Amino acid sequence: MNHDAYDDNYIRSILNNVKTIAMVGASPVNVRPSYFAFKYLAQRGYDMIPVNPGHVGKALMGKPFVASLADIDRPIDMIDIFRNSSHIMPVVEEALKLSPLPKVIWMQLGARDDAAAEKAEAAGLKVVMNRCPKIEYGRLSSEISWMGVNSRTLSSKRAPIPTQGMRLSLNRTSFGGGQTAASDRAAKNKTETT
Amino acid sequence: MTDRLPGFSTLAVHAGAQPDPTTGARATPIYQTTSFVFNDADHAASLFGLQAFGNIYTRIGNPTNAVLEERVAALEGGTAALAVASGHAAQLVVLQQLLRPGDEIIAARKLYGGSINQFTHAFKAFGWNVAWADPDDVASFEQAVTPHTKAIFIESIANPAGSITDIEAIAAVARKAGVPLIVDNTLASPYLIKPIDHGADIVVHSLTKFLGGHGNSLGGIIVDAGTFDWSKDNKYPMLSEPRPEYHGIRIQETFGNFAFAIACRVLGLRDLGPALSPFNAFMILTGIETLPLRMQKHCDNAKAVAEFLSTHPAVSAVNYAGLPGDKYNALQRKYAPKGAGAVFTFSLKGGYDAGVNLVSNLKLFSHLANVGDTRSLVIHPASTTHSQLDDAAKVKSGAAPEVVRLSIGIEDKEDLIADLDQALRA
Repeated sequence: MNHDAYDDNYIRSILNNVKTIAMVGASPVNVRPSYFAFKYLAQRGYDMIPVNPGHVGKALMGKPFVASLADIDRPIDMIDIFRNSSHIMPVVEEALKLSPLPKVIWMQLGARDDAAAEKAEAAGLKVVMNRCPKIEYGRLSSEISWMGVNSRTLSSKRAPIPTQGMRLSLNRTSFGGGQTAASDRAAKNKTETT
Repeated sequence: MTDRLPGFSTLAVHAGAQPDPTTGARATPIYQTTSFVFNDADHAASLFGLQAFGNIYTRIGNPTNAVLEERVAALEGGTAALAVASGHAAQLVVLQQLLRPGDEIIAARKLYGGSINQFTHAFKAFGWNVAWADPDDVASFEQAVTPHTKAIFIESIANPAGSITDIEAIAAVARKAGVPLIVDNTLASPYLIKPIDHGADIVVHSLTKFLGGHGNSLGGIIVDAGTFDWSKDNKYPMLSEPRPEYHGIRIQETFGNFAFAIACRVLGLRDLGPALSPFNAFMILTGIETLPLRMQKHCDNAKAVAEFLSTHPAVSAVNYAGLPGDKYNALQRKYAPKGAGAVFTFSLKGGYDAGVNLVSNLKLFSHLANVGDTRSLVIHPASTTHSQLDDAAKVKSGAAPEVVRLSIGIEDKEDLIADLDQALRA
C-alpha cells in the first residue's frame, strides 16, 4: 500500500462504507480542527463517538465523551486519530484488541506512523495517513470547491444538493390566500352550474 | 479501477464546473448576488467561524468565482486558488499574508512595469522593502537574501521582451533561504509553463491577459501549490499564529495544504476587499475553455512574425526566445517547448522616429497598453509608457528609443506580416 498518494476510489469506498467513527483526540473547543471535523462528519450522517479521557463527563454535539476505545458500547467501523505521529501506535494497538475489529484506521492531516500502519494492515484493516476525512469528503463531493479548492474530480452530471438545508422545500409562503388561478376558475364554474 | 488523469484541454473545459444542482444549467451560471442566505443561526455561525464550506458574501467567495478558482488551480496543478479583481490585487493579497513592516521581498528586475511601480512605490508605504535581482544571474538572488527576506518573486516569461526565467534555479535559492517562490505566470499561462512543476510555491496571474484572452475583463488569481510549510520557525504568523478575528484558529493547522489560499481569502480578500465581479469570472471562464487552442495559435503566429522581422531590412534586432539564435532559446526549449509565448520586442534601425511612424502606420495592430488579447497589439514604450524617462533610463528599463513591443493575436499570420511589412515600408 502506497501511503504517499491514495487513489480517490480507495478514499471514496472508505467514506461510503463506514458508519460509526470513533474520533480519538476529539476536542470540545470549537476552534480546534478536531471539533470542525467532528461536527462536519456528524452532519453528514456518521455515528460519531468522541474519545478523550480529559473530557469524560462532557459531550460533543450531544455525544458523550468516552475515555478509551474499550469503553465504546458498539462496533466501530473507523477510528479517526487526531493525535501527533508519536501517539499513534498505542491507539492502533488498542484498536487491534477490539472485537469485532474496526475496518479502518485513519490518521489526521500531519500524522503518520508507518509501523503502526503496517501492524493494522497485517490485521486486515485499511489505513489512511496524513489526510482529513472532512477535507476528503468535501473534495470528493465537490462541496469544497466552494472554497476554490481543487477537488481533482470532474463530473458532467447535475451536482447533488449539497446539504440538508438546501433540500427543496414545499413550505413556501403563498400569495392570494394560497389559491391558484385554476382553483379560482374551478370555484367560479361550480357557482355557475349550481 | 484507477481514476484516469484528465488532460490539459479537458481540464480547461471541465475543471470546477458541474451542471447546476437546481436548474441543471450546463454553462456556469453568473451568480450576480452580493450575499447568500443561511439555513439557520448555527449554519451562519459555522460559516463565519470557517467550520463549514459555503457562501456568505461575494467579497469572500462566490459560486461563479469558485468555478474559475478551481479551474485555474487544476490547470496549474495547485491545491486551491483565489480569484481577485486584478493581477495587482493578487500581488497585494499574497504579500499581505507574508510580509510585515520591515520585511523584504527579492524581485526579478525584469517585471511588468506596473509591478515594478507597485513594488517600488505602493508597497514601500507599507514598510515592505524590495531588493531587485537579475533573473539572468541566479547568484544575484542568493546575494540578496537577508534575515528579513520573506519571499522571492519572478515572472516565468518576463515582460517586456519575452525572456524565459530559469525557474528551477531560482526555486533552489528560495528553498535554501526557507522562503516561498512566487511566480507570475501571466505571459506563459499554464498551457506553456506550469511553474509548480518547477518548484514554485505560489503562482499569480493577471487573468486579464491570455487566460481570459479576449481583452474584455480584468481579473487576477492566486494559486496555492500546497508545497510550503508555513509553520516553520513562526516566520509567517498570519498562517501559523492563532487568528484573533477567527477566535484563535491557526490557518495552517486547520487547512493543511491549501492554507495559503484560505489565508488569502479570509484574511486578505475579506479585509482588503478587491473582489472579482462574478460577471468577469464568467467571461474569463469562457475564455479559459479555449486557452489551449488560442495559446498555440498565439505562439505559432508570434514565431512566424518574429522570423519575418528578423530578416527585415528595417529591423536591427528581434528578442524572441523561440528563435534559434536567441539568448533564451535553450531555456525556452526546456520550460516552454510548445512555444515561446506571444509578447516580444524588436528594434528598428530608424530609432525613435521609426518607432513612432510604425505605430501610426499599422492598420491591424492596435496601439494600446495591454497584452494577451485575441487581437494583435503594439506599443512603442519610448513614446508612451516610458516617455517620462531620459534616454539612459529608457535603455536601462528595456525601453530604448528604437524598441517596439508586440503582443501577437490569433488572426491569420499572413495578414499580420503584411501589415507590419507595409507599415515598415511606409
